[in-house]
Amino acid sequence: MAELLRFRDDAVPAEPAVTVDAFVEQSNALAVRIEPGDDARKLIPFLDRLRLVEVNFPVFGDGRGYSAARILREHGYSGEMRAVGDVLVDQIAYLQRCGFDAFEPDEPLAAEDVEKALARFPQAYQQTTDGRIPIWDLRHGTAHG
Amino acid sequence: MYQYDQYDQAMVDARVAEFRDQCQRRIDGKLTEEQFKPLRLMNGLYLQLHAYMLRVAIPYGTLSGRQMRALADIADKFDRKYGHFTTRQNIQYNWIKLEDAGDILAELAKVEMHAIQTSGNCIRNISSDHFAGAAADEVTDPRPYAELLRQWSSFHPEFSYLPRKFKFAVIASDTDRAAMRLHDIGIQIVRNEAGELGAAFYVGGGMGRTPMIAPCIRQFVPLDQLITYSEACLRVYNRYGRRDNKYKARIKILVHELGAEEYTRQVEAEFAHLLEQGIEPPFAELARIRTFFEDPAFEAGAADELDRSDPDFAVWADRNTHPHKQAGYLSAVISLKPVGGIPGDATADQMRLMAQLAEDYSFDECRVIHTQNIVLPHVRKADLYAVWQKLEASGLGTPNLDQVGDIIACPGLDYCSLANARSIPVAQRISERFAANGKGETLGELKLKISGCINACGHHHAGHIGILGVDKKGVENYQLLLGGSEAEDTSLGKITGPGFSEDGIVDAVETAADVYLAQRQDGERFLDTYRRIGMEPFKEALYG
Amino acid sequence: MNILTGNDLKTGAVIWWDGAGWSLHLDDAADAGDDAAAIIAREEAARRVNAPYAINAERTGSGVRPAHIKDRIRGLGPTVRPDLTLKPEDPQAVHEVI
Repeated sequence: MAELLRFRDDAVPAEPAVTVDAFVEQSNALAVRIEPGDDARKLIPFLDRLRLVEVNFPVFGDGRGYSAARILREHGYSGEMRAVGDVLVDQIAYLQRCGFDAFEPDEPLAAEDVEKALARFPQAYQQTTDGRIPIWDLRHGTAHG
Repeated sequence: MYQYDQYDQAMVDARVAEFRDQCQRRIDGKLTEEQFKPLRLMNGLYLQLHAYMLRVAIPYGTLSGRQMRALADIADKFDRKYGHFTTRQNIQYNWIKLEDAGDILAELAKVEMHAIQTSGNCIRNISSDHFAGAAADEVTDPRPYAELLRQWSSFHPEFSYLPRKFKFAVIASDTDRAAMRLHDIGIQIVRNEAGELGAAFYVGGGMGRTPMIAPCIRQFVPLDQLITYSEACLRVYNRYGRRDNKYKARIKILVHELGAEEYTRQVEAEFAHLLEQGIEPPFAELARIRTFFEDPAFEAGAADELDRSDPDFAVWADRNTHPHKQAGYLSAVISLKPVGGIPGDATADQMRLMAQLAEDYSFDECRVIHTQNIVLPHVRKADLYAVWQKLEASGLGTPNLDQVGDIIACPGLDYCSLANARSIPVAQRISERFAANGKGETLGELKLKISGCINACGHHHAGHIGILGVDKKGVENYQLLLGGSEAEDTSLGKITGPGFSEDGIVDAVETAADVYLAQRQDGERFLDTYRRIGMEPFKEALYG
Repeated sequence: MNILTGNDLKTGAVIWWDGAGWSLHLDDAADAGDDAAAIIAREEAARRVNAPYAINAERTGSGVRPAHIKDRIRGLGPTVRPDLTLKPEDPQAVHEVI
């Protein structure tokens, strides 16, 4: 069992994750696992009952999961978003920016490396849903006075 | 020119530290080559035929004198006293040590440069028109939009593991000097009937093994939605671009397989959603960037006459300059294609000379052209003779812009681990042949482009004459293509027939040139004649 | 013969397995025979070589000649810059690799 690295205060959802198709069909499912080829938008009508989204990265170079996570966050999903699989320390900051707040890598990550990676870039150029103020906003103070 | 503020500098500095750390982890064995490779590629570091190669980004091809001098110093200190300017307006160093990579990036960061995203499956350096801000025919300077895109695409969290690499080009005139429609996304800044500026989006062009000309998917995106629309284009690609076959992973295949109409429909749906997300930088940011690209202090009433009394100078001035929007000025093109030379290579000393000329005569600015030459964008006509004399003295005064000797050539099998055949020696032989037979000037505009493999870094599909090197049972063999163009009349060349040996291809190019000379009508370029008479007369002469 | 090549991890230089270690000179290359895979695995793990692979070559009167032009160019240097090859004083060397 891979180690879970989590940046949330609530309890870890205990429900087993089911496939996207199964989740859509089962009215009582609370956790889902998104594979790279799945359409995350299928979950949008069910965000209210979602507690846990696992996004699988079979290989770290397949970046579809970044879009899946961002789409769900943009539609208001606020539960746990967990990156699972071939998750390496060099991707973790981008994953966090796309809305991931939990990581379950195949190979455990050293806590110190994770901390360093997440703190590496002082700012960001893009607006995402992670709450960071983009550089253009820091320059002009348009949205936050 | 754009100048970094504290934020831009902090981002680049952070990347230097990050990459230094990644290199050290590789040297220490904490990263395998398989893990390290995508990380080093995302920072432009390749393992090539003879050593590591570092590709340094030159955003939209623009350099200050100080930056060009820093590139020269890196060539001296960390490489073998030269560099290679590329078809993506970048520079490559061929003999880099992994243990020096961090120090080189630190040197670059001191002059607001970097190697971020110069390789890897991410958004690459944004290219643009090398005459931006100088050409009379542009509706506006395209570079502020390229800079806006540069910032948006830098460290983009969602688009750093795309199916394949992704290249933008931005132009702002009907004349296309940046091969815009042969990019993943080509943007043309246009003015609508109401007089407002906007962006026409061309998506799904490219060369490589399946060359395609990008269709226009939207005629006019308002400028305050430029980033949002780009994001929508990329998100559809990231989600649905093919990942099962790297040769079918570029966006051109997605657009082709879905059809431009369906791709556009999906982009528009994503765009509508993203407009609600507030991801577009405010107009004030574009306005801030624009201030860096205002006209330099041109001298009003500068003399508009050239002293043409030196005939060698007159030949060069006629051939290697481009009209300027400001009376009394010209853009001067420095050819990196001396007869028999290596296309795009410049020594450290030559780079320093170009830096000095930029500082002394061109408002401290020079540009890299995708044809692997350098431009001094704003030269007073009164200074042109002095500029030429200095270039001539350093082997940089070859008067061959857009002629048969001005060959684009990829590094080929002399340097590149992907190549199947050498490109540079073929370019050298052809340039020598036409210098010796004196036909170069007679032929006029004839764009010749050579790639050493199907990846087409040498743009062979888009050459009036293109050459593709292939491996035929362990022997180099060269296919000939005719009729390509990277300009606004974009077209893809067609293969003439069976390939040629290294000697044979040089003869074949001369044969094709002779067909043109025999058949051309008034004012026709090689390309025009080919388009009028078709392939048959050329085939007849080559194989008949 | 079956010879092994790769690049030095830190410098990137092209190197050849000489039977005991790695040499910059193609002519030092030793026949790895059936041990190629084992040597590659061991040497790569020890980071004494980066991206190693085995190739066919033959020993000729003048040295070791890889079967493929790519490896012959790797063994010498860029044919268009004889001054940067391993044999800058030998103008014929460039022609011999083609």
